[in-house]
Amino acid sequence: MMIEQVDTPHVDHAVLQGLQEVMGDEYPLLLDTFLSDSQARVAQLHEAQNAEHLSMAAHSFKGSSSNMGAVQLARLCSQLEERAKRWPIFELQELIRLIDVEFANVQALYGAERSRFAA
Amino acid sequence: MNMSTEVAQGPLTVLIADDNMTDRMLLSSIVRRQGHSVITAGDGLEAVRVFAEQRPQLVLLDAMMPVMDGFAAAREIKRLAGEALVPIIFLTSLSEEQALVRCLEAGGDDFLAKPYNQVILAAKIKAMDRLRRLQATVLEQRDQIARHHGYLLNEQRVAKAVFDQVAHSGCLDSPNIRYLQSPYALFNGDLLLAAFTPAGDMHVLLGDFTGHGLPAAVGAMPLAEVFYGMTAKGYGLQETLREMNAKLKRILPVDMFCCATLLSLSFQRGIVEVWSGGMPEGYLLRGDSGERVPLVSRHLPLGVLSPARFEDRTDVWPLAVGDRVLLLTDGVIEATNADEELFGVERLLAALGERNAQGEVFDSVLSALSAFRGEYRDDFSMAELAMVQPDYLKPPALIYSDSGQSSPLDWSSSFEFRAETLKRFNPLPFLMHMLQEIHGLRPQSGALYSVLAELYSNALEHGVLGLDSELKRDARGFAQYYEQRNTRLTQLDEGYVRLHLHVRREGEGGRLVIRVEDSGRGFDARKALATPARERGLSGRGIHLIRQLSQNASWADDGRSAQVEFAWEQQG
Repeated sequence: MMIEQVDTPHVDHAVLQGLQEVMGDEYPLLLDTFLSDSQARVAQLHEAQNAEHLSMAAHSFKGSSSNMGAVQLARLCSQLEERAKRWPIFELQELIRLIDVEFANVQALYGAERSRFAA
Repeated sequence: MNMSTEVAQGPLTVLIADDNMTDRMLLSSIVRRQGHSVITAGDGLEAVRVFAEQRPQLVLLDAMMPVMDGFAAAREIKRLAGEALVPIIFLTSLSEEQALVRCLEAGGDDFLAKPYNQVILAAKIKAMDRLRRLQATVLEQRDQIARHHGYLLNEQRVAKAVFDQVAHSGCLDSPNIRYLQSPYALFNGDLLLAAFTPAGDMHVLLGDFTGHGLPAAVGAMPLAEVFYGMTAKGYGLQETLREMNAKLKRILPVDMFCCATLLSLSFQRGIVEVWSGGMPEGYLLRGDSGERVPLVSRHLPLGVLSPARFEDRTDVWPLAVGDRVLLLTDGVIEATNADEELFGVERLLAALGERNAQGEVFDSVLSALSAFRGEYRDDFSMAELAMVQPDYLKPPALIYSDSGQSSPLDWSSSFEFRAETLKRFNPLPFLMHMLQEIHGLRPQSGALYSVLAELYSNALEHGVLGLDSELKRDARGFAQYYEQRNTRLTQLDEGYVRLHLHVRREGEGGRLVIRVEDSGRGFDARKALATPARERGLSGRGIHLIRQLSQNASWADDGRSAQVEFAWEQQG
């Protein structure tokens, strides 16, 4: 089973720039919210009981990821959302693992971004 | 009515419902930065609850939410909003067409894709707000219109109540009249009036004012006042017409006028006098032969021509008992059916041809109209007047308001009316007014007026104008007679009618002696008295009528002088 690996960047810095402009002083808070919110969502993916829950969880995670400029993460969630509608769960475990890996990258990058600002 | 109410632009309260905290926070910031205030919800159910409690003007709704999804929440919010427009913009990363269609079907007004583009969001909010304000303006104006419509209906109610007081003295309920008129005909400009003259004649007016609503109704009141006032005082049709025309010309705006047909039915003389301006043809229906004579409109409507140019020429027709006159407004001819065809004159004539007994012609026209239209409507006026025996109708007693202490009981007066005056002046109302000051005479007002009118008309027409009473033997001669009357009167340059009135006490009551003289050639009174009374009204000088209604009627000076007396036993 082939899972596409494409050379997509992890973060779209233009988006981050735009977010910083919009949020102003609240930018750090937004980053914090995203990081903690996303952790919960990753857990949701693992705990999903059926295809519908899994698809909806992936959909929601896709939304916030794309809003925050985490493009690779958003793409993977999109794939998961689609496939969850047609494939049996046990065949999706590989994709979920890839999301785990990508999220680790995101944590590192966004964490670094967060630490540019005072606590 | 100020219709420029517009709901003002300003910052909005926006509800943002999204189950994703990150997205919620981001969107809230974006919207706040655009100058609005924000309230939030984390699922569909909470969104509905927050909406109901705080009533935001705009809603941003995530399509996929737990507990109650965006579509269901949207439906519920729209229901709560009612008539007002609360724009709902769906937030979605759905890309399939189906999902987008679902958004709109659920009542969404627009959608915004993730990732959020601030510029697009701002533009959508602005556009939706414009729609929202437009809807609110429309609703406010609608309510204003409804309110004003209510005021208008009330004004009409009041106007109608006032008008009914003005028109109350009419005799439309007389047994020889059959009519159809909607209760609010006044506001279609239709007017139907009927009143008795002191002599027991009946004046009838069917009018059709231009316009609708209050403007049409407002001209009817002064017109009705003139009609009733002058008819009660004994003025003839022509004087009443001149006065009504002058009044309307003076008070109505330039583009408003009143089409009208005016009739004077004289039961004693068996004639009908007709004036018609701007109205559709009326019809004279002969009882015996079934012949139908059209009464054509020969004049302009009332209120168009100045008094100097107004034409008051009337047509006179003999009318036997059983003959009828039918009048109608153009609402009959112009009635349309579902295919927008006009009822038209042909259908009317066909309906008229079908029946001939009293009342049946009326019904025939009504049922033809209802059949044509497929429904019954009363947006036209129609009247049928029958000629009856002279004593058949009982005109109501005249009502006076003074106490009688100042009756003139011992006096004499003489008048001489010469050519110029005879042409244009009717002295009868003036003389009657004076004689009605004598309370004892009032119970005989009807007879008094009839006799005075007959004597004066004899003196003028047969005496001064030299018209041959024998001409009025048949319908054709009748027309000739009145044509000659008009011509000779217009050309008159010499001659006179003299009236002498003498009042004196007699026991507890009194006596009035009237003598009328004319400058004509006279006639053989004795011969006329010996001939039995012919068919009522046509031909003759009404000599038998005069003898019947007064005392001691006598003729002298070769018929150029007539004298009658009226006596009363009590002073009233």
